[in-house]
Amino acid sequence: MSGFLTALGEMFDTATIASIVAGASGLLFATMGETISEKAGVINLSVDGSMMLAALAGFVAAFHTGNVWIGFPAAAAVGVAAALVVAFGNIKLSLNQVAIGFVLFALCTALSRFLGSGYVGRQPVAVPAWDIPALSSIPFFGPVLFSHNLIVYLSMVTVLVTYWFIYRTRAGLALQGVGERPEAAHSRGIPVNKLRYLYTAIGGALIGVGGAAFTLDVKVGWSDRPTLNFGWIVLAIVIFGGWHPLRAAFGVLLFGALQAFALNLQPEFPTFSQVLPSIPFPAMILALVVVNWKTLLDWLDRYPWLRSILRSDPPTAIGTRFEVS
Amino acid sequence: MSLELRDIHKHYGPVRANDGISLTVAEGTLHGLLGENGAGKSTLMKVLSGFHSADSGEVVLDGKSIKLASPDDAIAAGIGMLHQDPLVFLPFNVIDNFVLGSPGGSRLDRKKAAQEFAELCDRYGFNIDPASPARLLTVGERQQLEIVRLLWLGARVLILDEPTTGISADQRSKLFVTLKALATEGMSVIFVSHKLEEVADLCERVTVMTRGKVVGEAEMPVPPEQLVKMMFGQAVEVKDRPAVDHGAAQLKLSDIRTASGMLSEEPVSLEVRAGEVVGLAGMEGSGQDAFLRICSGMRNPRSGSVQIAGTDLTGKNYRDFLAADVKYLPAGRLEEGLIEGLTITEHFVLAGEDRGFFVDWGKAKKRAEAQVDHFTIKGTEASTAESLSGGNQQRLLLAMLPPRLNVLLMEHPTRGLDIESADWVWEQLLARREVGTSIVFASADLDELLRYSDRILVFFSGRIIGELDAKATNVDEIGLLIGGRSVDSGAA
Repeated sequence: MSGFLTALGEMFDTATIASIVAGASGLLFATMGETISEKAGVINLSVDGSMMLAALAGFVAAFHTGNVWIGFPAAAAVGVAAALVVAFGNIKLSLNQVAIGFVLFALCTALSRFLGSGYVGRQPVAVPAWDIPALSSIPFFGPVLFSHNLIVYLSMVTVLVTYWFIYRTRAGLALQGVGERPEAAHSRGIPVNKLRYLYTAIGGALIGVGGAAFTLDVKVGWSDRPTLNFGWIVLAIVIFGGWHPLRAAFGVLLFGALQAFALNLQPEFPTFSQVLPSIPFPAMILALVVVNWKTLLDWLDRYPWLRSILRSDPPTAIGTRFEVS
Repeated sequence: MSLELRDIHKHYGPVRANDGISLTVAEGTLHGLLGENGAGKSTLMKVLSGFHSADSGEVVLDGKSIKLASPDDAIAAGIGMLHQDPLVFLPFNVIDNFVLGSPGGSRLDRKKAAQEFAELCDRYGFNIDPASPARLLTVGERQQLEIVRLLWLGARVLILDEPTTGISADQRSKLFVTLKALATEGMSVIFVSHKLEEVADLCERVTVMTRGKVVGEAEMPVPPEQLVKMMFGQAVEVKDRPAVDHGAAQLKLSDIRTASGMLSEEPVSLEVRAGEVVGLAGMEGSGQDAFLRICSGMRNPRSGSVQIAGTDLTGKNYRDFLAADVKYLPAGRLEEGLIEGLTITEHFVLAGEDRGFFVDWGKAKKRAEAQVDHFTIKGTEASTAESLSGGNQQRLLLAMLPPRLNVLLMEHPTRGLDIESADWVWEQLLARREVGTSIVFASADLDELLRYSDRILVFFSGRIIGELDAKATNVDEIGLLIGGRSVDSGAA
C-alpha cells in the first residue's frame, strides 16, 4: 500500500508531469492525424506501420543531411503516401478500408525493419531544446509547458488548430459532414471523395510527423521497430477520445500518465514488474465501457452540454465507401 | 420559375425507370406528381436534383436549357430537393445543419446564421430549437429545417419526395399551409406522392406516372376516380376462368383488431374457402399489407382470432403458420423473399424439408436443375438470386413453394413482370386451387384483380370499405371505392 502511495506521489512532481508532456508529442501528432482522417470517414488502419516507416524516413533524412528539420518533411511524405494508398484503394478500387490498412501496416513494418537494419545504433540527430523566453520561468507551467523544444510546442499547437479547424470553420463542418452522411454532403454540393483524399492525406502527414517525433526527439535514434504498437494505441485513443481532438489529446496525456505511473510502480512491486506496463490498456478499455454505458447515455441526453464533453459518437459513415450513383 | 422537362430517359440496366417523360411546371404552382411505388417518380426527381444524370432529355428552366450533372448544379440553378428521408446530419445541431454546404468564406458565423434561421422560421411559423441536435428532431421538424435551408440557399423550385411519410397529421397540415404560402410567393413546388387524397388536397395541377411514363395530366380539381383510372389503367375484357368448387373455410378471421396505425379500429372478419381467390385492392399502404401480415402470422392482432383449416392459431408465430401450410410471398422479392448472394441450389436447400446437418449437394443440384427446367427460370442452378430478372425471381419463389398449401398470401404477385411471365405465374397459381389452396393477394393492377379473383376487398385508410363479387363489378366501381367513396353514399 505504501509503495502504491509513493508511486502515486511521484506522479505530482513537476518533473514527471513535464516528462509526460515531452513524451506525448509523437502520439499527439499521430492521434490528430488519425482523428482527421476518421472524421472524414476513412480509417487509416496502417498507422502502426506507416508511422514506423515514416519514423525511419525521418531519421534517415536527418542522419544523411545532418539537419533534423529535413527529417520531418521526409517523414510526412511517407505518411501521405501510405494514407493515399488507403484512400485510393477504397475510393477508386472499392477495397475495404480495414483490409488495405491492415496489409499496409504489415508491409510498412516489414519494410522499415529491412530498410532500417543498417541504421540501428547510428549516431542520432535530435531536435534541439528551446525554452520559450520569459514563459519558461513561470513556476510549474514554465517547466511543464514551455521548457521543451519546437516539436513539442508544435504538437500542442496542432491539437488546438485541429480542434479549431474541425469545429469552428466552414471547411471543418464540411469535413465532418463527409464522414457523417456522405449522401447528404453530396446533396449539398460538397465534393465528398475529393475531401476524403485531402483529409486522409493531411492525416497521413501528421501520422508521419508523429513517427519522426519519436526517432528525432522522444526516443532519439533508430532501433529495431522503435514505435512498435504505438500506432495501435493511437487507434484506441481516437476511439477513447470520441473523435474529438481535445478529448483525444487528453487521452494521449492520460495514457502517458498511466505509463509513467506503471513505471513508478515497478521498483515498488518488483514481482509484478512484467505486468505493470500493461495497466494503461485495461484502463482504456474500462473507460470505453463507461462512455458506452446505456443508462449513462440516456441520462446524458438530458444534459446536452455534459454529453458533448463526455461522449461523442463515431462518424456514422466511417469505414464506408461513397459512390455517386 | 417555370420548369420544363423534355423527353427524359433514364434506364437502370434493362429497367426503364423513366421512358420519355415530358412535364411542365408553371411558376408559382403546386404541381402534383402521382403514381404508385416504382412508377419512376423518384428517379425523375433525382434527375432533376442532379443526383442522377439522365440518359437523354433536357431540363429547361425559364426558357434556358440547363445542365444538371451534380446536386451542385441543381442548387446553383435554384432547384431544391427535399428527400423522403430528410438528408440531415443527425449528430450535428440545427444551425450546423443549416450552414453546412452553404457558400461563404472559411469563417463560420454561426450567430448570423442562427439569426437568419430564426427569421425564416418565424416567417413560416416553424418552431425549431437551433441548439438541438438534429437526431432529437421529429421527421417533420427535420423537413422544416431542410425547407428553411433550401429557401435560404435561394431555391425557386422545391421538390418534395413523399414528404408526408412518417410525419404527424399536425405537421402535415402545417407543411401544406407552408407550401401554399410558398407557391403564392412564386415558388414552383413539385409534390411527389402516391397518396391520392393529399394530391387532391394540395395541388393545382397533377401529372400521373405509371411504369416510367406520363399517363395523364389534369387541372385540379378532378374527381378522384378519374385519377385512379389514370393510375391503374382501364381493364380489358375479363376472360372466364375455369370454375373451381369452393370447399370448407381454410382461412377464417373473426373480429380482428390491430394496434393503432395498422388497420383502423373497426374489427375485420373474413372467411376464405378452399380454392377461392380473394383480391385486395386499394392505394398502397391502405392496410392490405397489415392484413396480409396478420393472415400469415408475421404479426399478431390485438384481439380477435385467426383460424387456419379449422385450427385456431391466434397468437401463434410465423413458424406455426408455416407448419399449418400457410405461405406468404411479400412484395420485396429480393429484400424479404430471396437471399442475395445465394444460388438457386442453395435456396432450394434452405427451403427444403431435409433438416439433416449435412447437405447432399449432388442431390440438391439435381433437384434445383429439375426445378429450373420445370419453372423455366432463365438461369442455371448456380445463378445467384440477384442475377435473376424480376420475373425469374418470382418464378424461383413459386418454385420454392411446398407442393401442398392451405393458404397462399401474396403481395403484387406479378409486379414488374412482362405479360407472358404474369400469365404463366397465374396459370401456376390457379392450378393450386384444384388441390384446395386458398389464395389471397394484394395488387395495384385492377385488371389482374378482376381477372383472377372470385371476390375483391377494397381497402381505404386502414379499413375494408367494400367487398365485391369480381364477376359483378367493374373498374369504375372499384376505382370509386379505392378513392374512398362508398358506392351507396354515391358521389359525396
